[in-house]
Amino acid sequence: MNKQPTKGLLSFLAQAIRWNMRGSVGYQLYLGVLMLIMVVGVYAYSVQLNQGLAATGMNNIVSWGLYISNFTFLVGVAAAAVMLILPAYVFRDPHFHRVVIIGEGVAVGALVMCLSFILADLGGPHRAWHLMPVIGVFNWPSSILAWDVLVLNGYLLLNTLVPCYILYCHYNNRKADERKYRPFVFLSIFWAVSIHMVTAFLYQGLPARPFWNNPLMGPRFLASAFAAGPALITLVLAIIQTMTTFKIDPKLFNKLRLIIVVSAVINLLMLFSEIFKEFYTPTHHSLPAVYLFFGLEGHNALVPWIWTSISMNIIATVILALNPGKNNPKVLLPASVLLFVGIWIEKGIGLIVPGLIPSPMGEIVDYSPTWVEISISLGVLALGVFVVTWLIRPAIIIEQRYEEAASPTVREA
Amino acid sequence: MAGSNHEHKEIDKFIDRFLSRKSNRRSFLQGIAKTAVIGTALSAPGCSGDGILGIKEETALAWGEYFKGNYRLMTHTERNTTIQRLERLARLRDGVDVQISSRGPREQVLFGYAFNLTRCEGFMNCVAACEKENNMDRISKTQYIRTFELEHGKMSVEAGNGKYFHEVPVEGHFYMGVQCFHCENPPCVKACPTQATWQEKDGIVVVDYDWCIGCRYCLAACPYWGRRFNWNEPSVPKEELTRKQHYLGNRKRKKGVMEKCTFCIQRTREGRLPACAEACPTGSRVFGNLLDPKSEIRFVLENKKVFRMKEDLGTEPKYWYFID
Repeated sequence: MNKQPTKGLLSFLAQAIRWNMRGSVGYQLYLGVLMLIMVVGVYAYSVQLNQGLAATGMNNIVSWGLYISNFTFLVGVAAAAVMLILPAYVFRDPHFHRVVIIGEGVAVGALVMCLSFILADLGGPHRAWHLMPVIGVFNWPSSILAWDVLVLNGYLLLNTLVPCYILYCHYNNRKADERKYRPFVFLSIFWAVSIHMVTAFLYQGLPARPFWNNPLMGPRFLASAFAAGPALITLVLAIIQTMTTFKIDPKLFNKLRLIIVVSAVINLLMLFSEIFKEFYTPTHHSLPAVYLFFGLEGHNALVPWIWTSISMNIIATVILALNPGKNNPKVLLPASVLLFVGIWIEKGIGLIVPGLIPSPMGEIVDYSPTWVEISISLGVLALGVFVVTWLIRPAIIIEQRYEEAASPTVREA
Repeated sequence: MAGSNHEHKEIDKFIDRFLSRKSNRRSFLQGIAKTAVIGTALSAPGCSGDGILGIKEETALAWGEYFKGNYRLMTHTERNTTIQRLERLARLRDGVDVQISSRGPREQVLFGYAFNLTRCEGFMNCVAACEKENNMDRISKTQYIRTFELEHGKMSVEAGNGKYFHEVPVEGHFYMGVQCFHCENPPCVKACPTQATWQEKDGIVVVDYDWCIGCRYCLAACPYWGRRFNWNEPSVPKEELTRKQHYLGNRKRKKGVMEKCTFCIQRTREGRLPACAEACPTGSRVFGNLLDPKSEIRFVLENKKVFRMKEDLGTEPKYWYFID
């Protein structure tokens, strides 16, 4: 095989950055736009730091808003990488194996966004060290939030280290040693489920909030994540397919479609079960659901959102299931967008805000985010897209070079 | 040659001593605090000369405050040090002299509260007294106590009016006050990721304002809406400030942290009534030691028909409602 000397970690990182800086005018423009959105976000955050969270639309009744909504949804996107990791490493599916690194890149980007949203939501971000084990006081195992800090950071570590190791080996034109990374891959499969279950338990464990205090929340989080996540990965793959020379087997898109359909159907089934419980015999505890779907006492800020979301969900699920275009991307890709956005609304703002309305004292208010909140949220999303781009671009270059060097003699399973 | 050998031995000794020194979290934090103070001193050499090393006293105090630990885990000396710093900062920043107490719970005391639904006429003197006593933010008009006006025939605050603004009492109505119920099984304490809120031995659920990171999970976990967040920098006019304070009670809060009713810890630990109970003109508010068989609160619990809010949640509030 190759006898060239091993290139160090520093050269690996420097080369990755160099690849990321280079690109067409369109690519530079794209980076510029992301930077601009991030700069606006940073400015909005400085306003929030200065004025306090009073700069947001939140208050003592709706005490969590856009930040925590986005956080909750994105934990699902991060967890969904497991839908590529599982077939790639456990069932050794060659199609999934080729793109698993892209799924892991999307997961890392999603986690960066999750942690940024949490930081944006904290009243005292500079005191966040109080949360760190050893130097702070960690309320573990009592607080589910402490568990969440643990699982999210652990998952970030797993999803960074394993792909980095594999890429670094391939960068040096060496086969990655499976015995070294396989245990971590298996760990990350269980870990992916745990990040989303723990995040669901965060809400599910509060009897004070009947809308959240629902044992179906954990499983439904997973089902919606395994629909929205692969839908996003389908879109990312489609972009890579058109923008780069990295070719993806059409069979993979069909396999992803099947995963999305199964998950989306289970998700809708559970949604129906929840709606039945709330509306067949409405009790006092159904008021948040009534607020969400129909509005209460003239407050109906979420009503148009939730019906849009449910329509998007159903239409997209039907299209993806029946597959009328016979895997035509012009049909599948818009359907994936529809499903992704539908679940985003339903699991973000449609889950967090009604959990807090009416207040435990029965008060009903509406919540609408301010420009500060919206700018910070857009900034964090731009950061996520940026991170995903900067992770995936060098990964694809390294993989392509490795494939060329390895073929036709050896190829990893 | 000999000299350098000697030097080597000295260095070895120093390293040995350094390595054998027991390092724990506390000394680590103190180390950081000292480094930060020195760092500030070095970075601001031209500061017009107050304090040692030419750093502003206020800056040094602020760094010391930033690196301090959780109040519950502090030693007696550490508590005194932070209180001295806070009192000095109040002088430097706001030009006021405050006395901050760190008085702990008394033996054989467990505080409880009872609210007389028959007597209350909704005057809200309690709300005003609470605001004054506890140095509540005047900008956001934060209040720990809410009173609800309910029609006869109803018995839930959800059905009541919490924003009444008219002459009271209104015919055919009664009044119900709510605040933190200091649950025996508090969901907020369980939720806090940093143990910045806990239950004291005398039953009071408190917040360490300087340890709270402002995630608001406790607010979501409370079934009684007993907690408040500082959305903005709170402000109290100097002349209206209550200067007798407690570290866990009515001392100055900052933006981005939780706060709540502490049964007026600064008063009740000195054997006085909470401000709300003292201010009530109708005598609807009964406060006392649940472990004292001769207390008024025990009389109420033993002789009146009492109930607690949302008992099905198992939070065991130490706040009862009763009817004459």
